[in-house]
Amino acid sequence: MTKQIVIDPISRIEGHAKITIHLDEQGVVHNAYFHVTQFRGFEKLCVGRPFYEMPSLMARICGICPVSHLIASAKACDALLAVRIPQTADKLRRILNLAQIIQSHALSFFHLSSPDFLLGMDSEPAKRNLFGVMRAKPELARDGIRLRQFGQQVIELLGGKRIHPAWVVPGGVSEPLSVAHRDQILAGLPECISIGERTLHWFKSLLDKYRDEIKSFGNFPSLFLGLVKPDGRIAFYEGKLRVVDAAGNIVADQLEAAAYQAHIAEAVEPWTYLKFPYYKPLGYHEGMYRVGPLARLNISDRCGTARADQELAEFHELQRTAVLSSFYFHYARLIEILFAVERLEQILTDPEILDRHVRAFARPNSNEGVGVAEAPRGTLIHHYRVDENGLITWVNLVIATGHNNLAMNRAVLQVAKRYVNGQRLSEGMLNRVEAVIRAYDPCLSCSTHAAGQMPLQIQLVSPEGKVVDEIRRG
Amino acid sequence: MSKPCLATVWLDGCSGCHMSFLDMDERLIDLAEKVEVVYSPLVDGKDFPEMADITLVEGAVSSAEDLEKIKHIRQHTRILVSLGDCAVTANVPSMRNVLEVDKMLREVYLEQVAGQPQIPNQVVPALLPQARPVHEVVKVDVFVPGCPPPADAIYFLLTELLEGRQPDLSALTRFGK
Repeated sequence: MTKQIVIDPISRIEGHAKITIHLDEQGVVHNAYFHVTQFRGFEKLCVGRPFYEMPSLMARICGICPVSHLIASAKACDALLAVRIPQTADKLRRILNLAQIIQSHALSFFHLSSPDFLLGMDSEPAKRNLFGVMRAKPELARDGIRLRQFGQQVIELLGGKRIHPAWVVPGGVSEPLSVAHRDQILAGLPECISIGERTLHWFKSLLDKYRDEIKSFGNFPSLFLGLVKPDGRIAFYEGKLRVVDAAGNIVADQLEAAAYQAHIAEAVEPWTYLKFPYYKPLGYHEGMYRVGPLARLNISDRCGTARADQELAEFHELQRTAVLSSFYFHYARLIEILFAVERLEQILTDPEILDRHVRAFARPNSNEGVGVAEAPRGTLIHHYRVDENGLITWVNLVIATGHNNLAMNRAVLQVAKRYVNGQRLSEGMLNRVEAVIRAYDPCLSCSTHAAGQMPLQIQLVSPEGKVVDEIRRG
Repeated sequence: MSKPCLATVWLDGCSGCHMSFLDMDERLIDLAEKVEVVYSPLVDGKDFPEMADITLVEGAVSSAEDLEKIKHIRQHTRILVSLGDCAVTANVPSMRNVLEVDKMLREVYLEQVAGQPQIPNQVVPALLPQARPVHEVVKVDVFVPGCPPPADAIYFLLTELLEGRQPDLSALTRFGK
């Protein structure tokens, strides 16, 4: 069936993302689209810049996960230098990355999504936010603030600044870690473990209540993709790509991340600025895959730390196949927080972490470099080419949120089919559409963006292309 | 008496200024006592309020949508604050200003993809030829540089404004800090 997409007058838009829901002749939801309406041009605006500016420049793609871009970018630059960075620098970057997983996951879970779980999907919108959580359950709000604060403080102690630290550089990092800062970070870990454990406990106790959402929130078969270590452990800083299918079978394993173009291609749709990556062997649409916390837990055999492994075992029992409901992204995020805190302790207690040799110096030795790391939202790929003077000539970025684009669209459709009937949109519908998108924690700053409670406008569109109903939240 | 209304909005920015706002950490709890956050990416907003007392704007004006939005917000805001280098100078978004929009879109969407190469033109707003700082299109009352401005600067800014004073932020932030 052909359908027409309405181009809305621009004056009606209050946010950077928008959803349209299309009905068939019987008034039944036929399709739904998640539109990303911002374009920032990073792939083009850095052409001609010296490569060593790239980490700092690329961090400005996103203030929520600047560290992810710093790391993927620096790794691409390491490849341009064709050096192996000092081991201590490698470990310090891992610490920064884990700290960021903690702060970003805390933001997603506590600041943005917990109002839905605590106050309810149908609660009053004016109170359904972090400030409402502060009133209803202050200890939960405080836990979230503390956890995020810890992650941000670790970033500040290492990089000198919470957002956009200039400390990650091609060849390593610019400053070693001091004893005092190491000890300060170590001292903060027990509180984070407690917060992680009690939040997991609380969230698991809620799952029964959200059976309907679990069933209809982006609950469908797809592939899952992410980095794993050679032994199948979860990986964040470095690893190789593994692809798992909906049944939980490994489809491809230990693929070189730098050769991503052999496995991943991108498509474009006319109604969104966000591209659609897909798994090449299966083609566009069929090659839909998910990345991020849910995917990482689905593809990993184990975490490699005591508490997280115990939780992971329980998580895998949710479903005999891969865990398919996008609602469980939240659950996965909490397990990853626990893992990140445990892993921080392992790395920080390694005596080598205080070594002063943290940077390799070199000129560009290769004209092409790829850097891949796991961002909070999933696999992040930076790919650069330079001329003989080290000036950037070409850039390709495959952003974590982009990988999930096909799945997010599919998820919106599933929620629309479940909660929209007839000709009317309701507030509960609006929030559930938001909530399913929120489960993916999309970073549209990254993909081009609006974070947080997504500013959304939803339109119901008839087969003739007429807007039947419209609801928006700014 | 009802609390003063605070709004925050971002245009073409990275949301780093909003993250720095959250970096006020536990001071957010104090702040929530003093103001009502009525419109922001961080709350389930209604429409933009009839009159916000303070609006923090992050990001440059880059698309037709940004332009429309900031004009509307200016009319409904008492004190408009340009928060961060992108709002104040157009900063990183303005790096695209030397490029021609059509050519840039062609390269990104036609040359760098395998599937269905085409330039998005449905639903999505058109880009302005250049990314501009906020004060070029509407009057701005307070400028706060920084990439992003540190949380301390944002907290000081808000507490001073709420006390009816014009904050002097020179000791707390500077461009790029």
